[in-house]
Amino acid sequence: MYRYDAIDQGIVDARVDEYKDQVARRLAGEISEDDFKPLRLMNGIYLQLHAYMIRVAIPYGTLSSAQMRMLGHIARKYDRDYGHFTTRQNIQYNWIKLEETPALLADLASVEMHAFQTSGNCIRNISSDQFAGAAADEVADPRPYAELLRQWSTLHPEFSFLPRKFKIAVIASDTDRAAMRLHDIGLQLVKNDAGELGFKVYVGGGMGRTPIIGPLIREWLPMDDYLSYMEAILRVYNRYGRRDNIYKARIKILVSELGAEEFTRQTEEEFAHLKPLGLDAPKAEFERIIAQFPDPDLDASAPDTLDLSNEDFAAWVRQNTHPHKTPGHIIVTISLKPVGGIPGDASSAQIDLIADLAERHGGDEIRVTHTQNLVLPHVRKDALFGLWQTLKGAGLASANLDLASDIIACPGMDYCTLANARSIPVAQEIAKKLAPKELELGQMRIRVSGCINGCGHHHAGHIGILGVDKKGEESYQLLLGGSGAEDTSLAKILGPGFDEDGIVKAVEKVVAHYLVVREGPSERFLDTYRRLGAQTFKEAVYG
Amino acid sequence: MPYVLTGNRLETGDVLWWDGADWSLHIRDAAILEKPDAEALVAKFLPAERISDLVPVEVTLTEAAPRPTTTRERVRAIGPSVRPDFARPSLNVSEI
Amino acid sequence: MADNQDQIAVGGAVPPVLDDTPARLRLRSDAPDDGPLVSLGDFLASSNAAAVRLDPADDARVLVPHLARLRLVEVSFPKFRDGRGYSAARLLREHGYAGELRAAGDINEDQMQFLRRVGFDAFQPDRPLDAAVVARTLARFPAVYMKSSDGKNPAWALRAAQQKNG
Repeated sequence: MYRYDAIDQGIVDARVDEYKDQVARRLAGEISEDDFKPLRLMNGIYLQLHAYMIRVAIPYGTLSSAQMRMLGHIARKYDRDYGHFTTRQNIQYNWIKLEETPALLADLASVEMHAFQTSGNCIRNISSDQFAGAAADEVADPRPYAELLRQWSTLHPEFSFLPRKFKIAVIASDTDRAAMRLHDIGLQLVKNDAGELGFKVYVGGGMGRTPIIGPLIREWLPMDDYLSYMEAILRVYNRYGRRDNIYKARIKILVSELGAEEFTRQTEEEFAHLKPLGLDAPKAEFERIIAQFPDPDLDASAPDTLDLSNEDFAAWVRQNTHPHKTPGHIIVTISLKPVGGIPGDASSAQIDLIADLAERHGGDEIRVTHTQNLVLPHVRKDALFGLWQTLKGAGLASANLDLASDIIACPGMDYCTLANARSIPVAQEIAKKLAPKELELGQMRIRVSGCINGCGHHHAGHIGILGVDKKGEESYQLLLGGSGAEDTSLAKILGPGFDEDGIVKAVEKVVAHYLVVREGPSERFLDTYRRLGAQTFKEAVYG
Repeated sequence: MPYVLTGNRLETGDVLWWDGADWSLHIRDAAILEKPDAEALVAKFLPAERISDLVPVEVTLTEAAPRPTTTRERVRAIGPSVRPDFARPSLNVSEI
Repeated sequence: MADNQDQIAVGGAVPPVLDDTPARLRLRSDAPDDGPLVSLGDFLASSNAAAVRLDPADDARVLVPHLARLRLVEVSFPKFRDGRGYSAARLLREHGYAGELRAAGDINEDQMQFLRRVGFDAFQPDRPLDAAVVARTLARFPAVYMKSSDGKNPAWALRAAQQKNG
């Protein structure tokens, strides 16, 4: 994975120094809260219901065991012994003191980490595929290209005061494990007939108030034009994105109001102007970064069989592991969704354990998925049973990946000032009710958001739940039929909303009906819904 | 309806309640105010910018402590409903 | 009032009144332009105006055919969070404008690095700048990641030079 050189370290250290200065000036009353707030947001620091929250960046969801240990240390030293992994592959801490944030950022900088641009109207964490470098179906590891964008977008002087936040995802396979089409820019790394690498470029996807699947803007972007083209898109957005209405300020609105064709024309015009200016990094820089993501040094002659005689182990292998491109190895997903737990939360003890396991088993890498789970990408099959036993002992071996209890839930009104309703208790109730039959139910992606901002990705849920405010009371809308995978679709509202008990019952009715009308156990809920349509489910829920 | 005044301490983010003379960590200490008085206090404290997110919170009066009328404000007063181990002492987490 | 973080719209803020007073911070060695500063519409209608003010919604490209006669472009920032002025500045520099490029309005020390990088060389903020904070801000970052209009070498160029020098 990418290691900072002196230039990278110099920039992150300067940023810590800058922020320390800004906090001191704020606490001394030398800057107003209005002037200070965007500055702390540019370092990922929010004021939430109970305390400050910091969102630490985990670039493209990759971290080393040393970095993971620091995350555990931060949980203990500055917070209440736990952290929350998010749907953008970052980690959040909920009980932070402003006056301690400079020291926290300095600790992060010591392991090449930061909280730059995890909030604010700027380019946010570049997300990617959690199986990068291990999956058999990628054309190349997408992460060097995400790293190039990370550097390009850090403290970009022209794009630090955009109309709204800006999220980019980079993948390298037809299988979309990063909800790429639902980002402001989605990039798919592809090879042309000559075997050269380039991108398919999608612009203007997103969820929230106006969910849209991003249209294709460029079928083929050569690698030589990568950064110039990104500049062109951002410049068109910065100049023409709406600034009068926060609900219409994302690039998706600009693209849909201009139409994809006109937006493309403007982007291509800007690109033609920018290209000769020498903004693109040279091949040497690409090679320098790519060289830091080599194929891991794995023993391809390691034993390639698994003893599945232990039923619990077999169930976990079936559900939570994926084939690795190197024989004798396997990709492991660690579920942070134990039934009764808080989705995406990990205690400092669990974080430390996973750091140790990564060092021994994962090639010293951990990945964060956008569904709030963790991945050890390079595990030897002959070490898998021992690994599973260790995970089991720490409550980290729920065999529920992509099943009904593997729910995405945003922090919701238990933590967040933006929320209309609590999401975690709803997720917990649903998980409790459905877990006993989740194997029978098969793949079922349930997503809960506490407000329209959709951090819980409810529009991408096979079953999505949106918390709304109904005259001061928590109320929940039920949506069906969304997908954040390559068969991208947006979930639709089924009917009138429910209270907390009602939404759980409604979900139970939906799954009970699915079991009745599905064309056999191999038809996923999503496919049954797509085949039959909403009406039959509407009748089942509302009678 | 009775109100109390809440805000977050700038330096720490701690949730605070105006007790009539100072800021307390406990809603049970909160001074009961009429809305116009609460709003006047917001106007008084706002310029100094030492207490963030100053807001009058509507409450009903219970034996234990003033009880906010919205779920959101009860969560703010008590703690996350899903972490009863973090609950502050004035009101029971079951009140959320 | 709930903390709406970064969700407050900034569009629609009133631009400042046309103002001829000298910039409070000027990082050029040539003599300042002392002619009147006119709006974009007036500039295009006149044949000899040499100083123009751009509001956030103005299209800087409209000035490209007139760069030869321009000595001063003032880009207004009614709210610092409206970042359109950064694109306007950079565009002008990219098209070869070498005159004074002034940022005016709701700007403060913490934007100085970005403003300099996109090509501003004069500043007229609504509130006086703290010279010590400005100096610290401008000297703070040892390197930058991307190429912009200030002539600074981006990180990849520094790395290439290091490679060459061994």
